[in-house]
Amino acid sequence: MTGDFFAPQGKIKIIKGRCISLIGDDIDTDRIIPARFLKCVTFDSLGSAVFEDDRKDLKGKHPFDLRINKNSSILIVNSNFGCGSSREHAPQALLRWGIRAIIGESFAEIFYSNCVAIGIPCFTMDKISINTIQEKSEKGLIFDIDISEAEARATDCKFKLEIKSSSRNMFLSGEWDATSTLLQNIGLIEEKIKQLPYVKLNDDFSK
Amino acid sequence: MSQYTLFDKVWDLHKVADLPGGSSQIFIGLHLIHEVTSPQAFGALKDKNLNVKFPSRTVATVDHIVPTDNQNRPFKDILAEQMIDTLEKNCADHKIRFFNIGSGSQGIVHVVAPELGLTQPGMTIACGDSHTSTHGAFGSIAFGIGTSQVRDVLASQTLAMNKLKVRKIFCENKLTDGVYAKDLVLHIINQLGVKAGVGYAYEFTGPAISELSMEERMTICNMSIEGGARCGYINPDETTFKYIKEKKCSPKNQNWHLSVNWWKSLVSEENAIYDDEIIIDAAKVEPTVTWGITPGQSVGINQKIPELNDLSKEDQFIAGEAYEYMGFNPGQEIKNTPIDVCFIGSCTNGRISDLRVASKIVKGNRVAPHIKAFVVPGSEKVAKEAINEGLDQIFKKAGFQWREPGCSMCLAMNPDKLKGNQISASSSNRNFKGRQGSPNGRTLLMSPAMVAAAAISGKVCDVRDFLKK
Repeated sequence: MTGDFFAPQGKIKIIKGRCISLIGDDIDTDRIIPARFLKCVTFDSLGSAVFEDDRKDLKGKHPFDLRINKNSSILIVNSNFGCGSSREHAPQALLRWGIRAIIGESFAEIFYSNCVAIGIPCFTMDKISINTIQEKSEKGLIFDIDISEAEARATDCKFKLEIKSSSRNMFLSGEWDATSTLLQNIGLIEEKIKQLPYVKLNDDFSK
Repeated sequence: MSQYTLFDKVWDLHKVADLPGGSSQIFIGLHLIHEVTSPQAFGALKDKNLNVKFPSRTVATVDHIVPTDNQNRPFKDILAEQMIDTLEKNCADHKIRFFNIGSGSQGIVHVVAPELGLTQPGMTIACGDSHTSTHGAFGSIAFGIGTSQVRDVLASQTLAMNKLKVRKIFCENKLTDGVYAKDLVLHIINQLGVKAGVGYAYEFTGPAISELSMEERMTICNMSIEGGARCGYINPDETTFKYIKEKKCSPKNQNWHLSVNWWKSLVSEENAIYDDEIIIDAAKVEPTVTWGITPGQSVGINQKIPELNDLSKEDQFIAGEAYEYMGFNPGQEIKNTPIDVCFIGSCTNGRISDLRVASKIVKGNRVAPHIKAFVVPGSEKVAKEAINEGLDQIFKKAGFQWREPGCSMCLAMNPDKLKGNQISASSSNRNFKGRQGSPNGRTLLMSPAMVAAAAISGKVCDVRDFLKK
């Protein structure tokens, strides 16, 4: 885990860091951060609890405990990563441990949108490329991820990444931090609520 | 791209703008909040010096952390007390309706909103909880969000989203006796897989769905997310309207008739275009039980736990993990697996009809001696109704514990937890590793009737054998 925590801010264009490989399909958010750690009113203390039960189980051999992975920031995963509970505590715990980008075969939907909302770009690649990167990561692999080009570059190789164009645009422009963008349309929002049949037709809704 | 489906109509109605990045800004008609995923969102509002834009469109209750044995305040667990206290303060500060413990309407958020009549067809509904898909049972577009998105809904009543594709899941024929909505949805997830729904909304339709009550439909939509679909829905019909009518927050008088007409116009058209369509034969579904660590790893009660070779290559890795974690052998029967704990409750199966079905199995029987069995009503209203019908007495007489409403052992953020490698028969929705509060605890998901039968016999059994008696 890195020392001081700095939350992502503004435009995100390049992410440089060491890769950490975590093998397995359908890794759910209960595993990323078990429910007992959700008893909190801030996210501040979540970093050290990431994968707590899996790590205890592996007694120091979990990727998040291996010395080689210390200070890693690019997580390499397999398919359907982050399935299950919508808890944003999961990507928040990864972020606070030091993860700044994730590359995987596929992501669960709510986890993906939570990552966008807190400034962690998620990229997808085919299974074979992921397996290649996971093997290389175990020996030490440093990537320069260029979000605009959707490319991950290392000293001796480079990989094409996939990212939804709307997500890519949001990271490049800083609009991933969505609140202010949404509030720019406040006039349209106020118009919209007046048009909705269920708002017009229900005096009892607020009872 | 789908066209003329309910999803398309509701999406289009709620679209506020196209955002520069390419996503859409969608208005959220009903926002539900609870104590676990909202405090940081209110904190962020404060940091950004923002207010709640439309406080009347947000409704709160408390469910995840509440103890189900002793609900006296302050809670024994200081952290749990801090969370409910924070929610109380945030709701008071921002003038948000809060159905607190003792209000008569507290309970699991996905049980409470429908029973108050807040959940209605044609709405967009969001909540910081993945099982928000439950509300799709009414023909609304309902989905789980994270805390940053809770902040965005509080601040703007809108979200930045990409439109989902729509998969039609046509359930032909009818469920047979002793087979319930839970079995059907577990079967669907098994057939399609836990990731098939990523990027999709699921439309459940066909004769097997039309026949279901609203509560059964909620069970189906609730578990859409376990199949990867953030949102699942059912077109509204007379069953839907009948359920909503006269509820506290539903439209009344002339508005009722206008609403019903509008709701009818939302139904997917006959010539609707879907991104994908599949057919499920409901008549072939058996009482279904999970054997693994994802809700897709299930078998019919008379089937065996699959061998590696029975599974596709993609499913083999997680199956290997599941055999090891669960301590089961490939090819082993699921029937007769000994059980330690039986849990009836949750947003999937903690409603009055679930308790009625389970109580029929339990009535006149005794819980097997080594079993800890407990019933957690989904809400204060469910509890009241059950007590009025004497269901609590039936359960208690049989040796079940009767608890206060909450999420309880579905996710074990409260004192209800498995211990060690105990194995539970559970009417909840997730069998993930460690889900029920013990890092090596094991969960078998099944219908409430099957849980009741397991409690009596002490092991996994076929509930249809009880119905014959």
